[in-house]
Amino acid sequence: MALADSRARGASRAATQPNSQSAWLQNVNPAAVLVGVVVLIMPAIASGFVLTQIFGWTYMLGTIALSLMFLAGYGGMVSLAQMTIAGFAGYVVAILGVNGVPGGIGWPWWLAVPAALILAMVVGAAIGALAVRTVGIYTIMITLAIAAAFFYFANQNYAIFNGHTGINAVPTPVFLGVDWHDAIPSYYLELGVAFLCWLAVSYVARAPFGLALQGIRDNPRRMAALGFNVNAHRIAAYVFAAVIAALGGILLVWSYGEIAPGTVSVSAAIDILVIAVVGGIGNPIGAFIGALIYAVLKTFALDVLVAFGLDGNRFRLLIGLGFLAIVFFSPDGIIGLWARWRNRARRGSPRAQSTGGGHG
Amino acid sequence: MNNFIARRPVWSLILAVLVIAAIWLVFAPWSSGFEAIFGRKKLFLNAVLNGITLGGLYFLVASGFTLIFGLMRNVNLAHGSIYLLGGYFGYLAVDATGWWLLGFVVAFIVAALLGIVLQVAVFRRMEGQDLRQTLVTIGISIVLADLMLWWFGGNSYQIQTPTWLRGPMDLPLITAVKSSGETVYLSYPIVRLVIFLASVVIGLGMWLVLNRTRIGMIVRAGVDDRDMLSAMGVPIQLVFVTVFAFGAGLAGMAGVVGGTFQSLSPGEDTRFLLASLIVVIVGGMGSIPGAALGAVIIGLAEQIGLAYFPTYAIVLTFLIMVLVLAVRPQGLLVGR
Repeated sequence: MALADSRARGASRAATQPNSQSAWLQNVNPAAVLVGVVVLIMPAIASGFVLTQIFGWTYMLGTIALSLMFLAGYGGMVSLAQMTIAGFAGYVVAILGVNGVPGGIGWPWWLAVPAALILAMVVGAAIGALAVRTVGIYTIMITLAIAAAFFYFANQNYAIFNGHTGINAVPTPVFLGVDWHDAIPSYYLELGVAFLCWLAVSYVARAPFGLALQGIRDNPRRMAALGFNVNAHRIAAYVFAAVIAALGGILLVWSYGEIAPGTVSVSAAIDILVIAVVGGIGNPIGAFIGALIYAVLKTFALDVLVAFGLDGNRFRLLIGLGFLAIVFFSPDGIIGLWARWRNRARRGSPRAQSTGGGHG
Repeated sequence: MNNFIARRPVWSLILAVLVIAAIWLVFAPWSSGFEAIFGRKKLFLNAVLNGITLGGLYFLVASGFTLIFGLMRNVNLAHGSIYLLGGYFGYLAVDATGWWLLGFVVAFIVAALLGIVLQVAVFRRMEGQDLRQTLVTIGISIVLADLMLWWFGGNSYQIQTPTWLRGPMDLPLITAVKSSGETVYLSYPIVRLVIFLASVVIGLGMWLVLNRTRIGMIVRAGVDDRDMLSAMGVPIQLVFVTVFAFGAGLAGMAGVVGGTFQSLSPGEDTRFLLASLIVVIVGGMGSIPGAALGAVIIGLAEQIGLAYFPTYAIVLTFLIMVLVLAVRPQGLLVGR
């Protein structure tokens, strides 16, 4: 499959360069530096609306999609339950911390957040343990069933999850003398978390664990014969991805100030998959590219559709068609399109294009 | 059957005890002490019958899903959308003509046509790339869900039950014995029983076609080894299109059933997709008898859960799925 090819080449490149860290430092892309500078000075350029509505969304959804990208890209396990884990962590922070529901527990954030992360790891391990009992497309089915079951449960359960209303009036904590709900501090908080998660995924992908995981993705039987515990690696990948997803989910709750079953609905879970696939599942940055496109579409779809004389509510139609187009024409997402275009421009021959969509 | 008893004596005993207990629970009048603990018998009987009839509906949806999966290795995550689309078109037909059975024909044709278009225009182009096919079905389900929301709005529709199926009928099941010695029998909506019988007939028909005819032989051979089948000169693409159209058509017909039983509204597509996923995971992927068993188990679990502990009904179905995955990850009725 084309997705796997580009990933496999990435893995072998990382594997053949043991001192990849120094090489990586030398090979810092000027484009990456430019992007870094732009996102750092963004609060000086953009309005508060753009900061929270577009970039805040990009970082949070991108972080959750990054966890899916890690599982799918390096582990070969497409899990639709990442939004569920994010939403679960958000629920834990909302329930254990200060909230607007009478009879709350009211833990401070520095207790609620670690608790949420630990519980999310436990849930991630449980979901992983279930999902690794099957492989390939079965994983999608099982994780989708888990996601849907959690949504219906959260929707019906009033004792813990407060049913359809969800948990509201969750304040963003104030620490280090900063109110992290303000546009600029929350922008940097979300940027920081997203960057750290990106760094962690990029590092783990080159660490022995990540390499073993990629080996398991490509040939589980051979890795088992080499003495690797295949299922333990896979479950560990779920746990690692759960931490990343949980961080994204906690930021979501702080940014909205509330969490409701709609956050973990099936369509939200599928949106995360759409984001990861549209961006490109072979590279950690793809998740954020996909999230940026999603956030821009979601914010401006109404105006654009109305400008074209169409019904402004057809945002999901746009998302669906865009997703279909990407899956049809570029299975490795926007990143793949870009890589192909660059290769073609560099070598000046259509044959030089990277993995096409054809062979599978 | 005898083979099973010989190989698994303990399991056979447990199963036999369970079956006898179930028969006793359904047919014997409950004593008042028993009713004090477990609630009224009418509640129990209604839950059981609702569960079994709902299982019939789930079977209609899930059998198409599992048939398509078994033959083409295509996890059709747009199956719920096809269900809902069939239901809407069936509603339009019934609403326009007032003829209930026409709804099934229209729903079947619309859904089957959609299935043919999908198979010819989309899935044939990416044969063997199952992950990509699944992603495409997700995209299609997003698009279809939004198109249906556009055309039919957010209201919920209910298909009118025809007059000859309206009202309840008495079943020979005792719900209670009055103090005067008079026995009270359970009355139950006819339409649900008829639909359940129809799904049993469809299931048996599918089983017969699959196991007793040449077409069925071809399909079964394709499930086992489709490369070898096409090497033997069978027009495999035609078989694929037929099976896809039939599976989608079944889902469309199930939409009319669901619209009569319950209602049609946005979100039902996800519900029935989830139901067919769980049914197929529990029963075994690609197996028609597995889909039947899984559908009855899940239908019963859902309705009994709804009757006795409403908030946790969904958890019960989910736990069944987890249990099956833990013990028999390939599903209850799949040998491999």
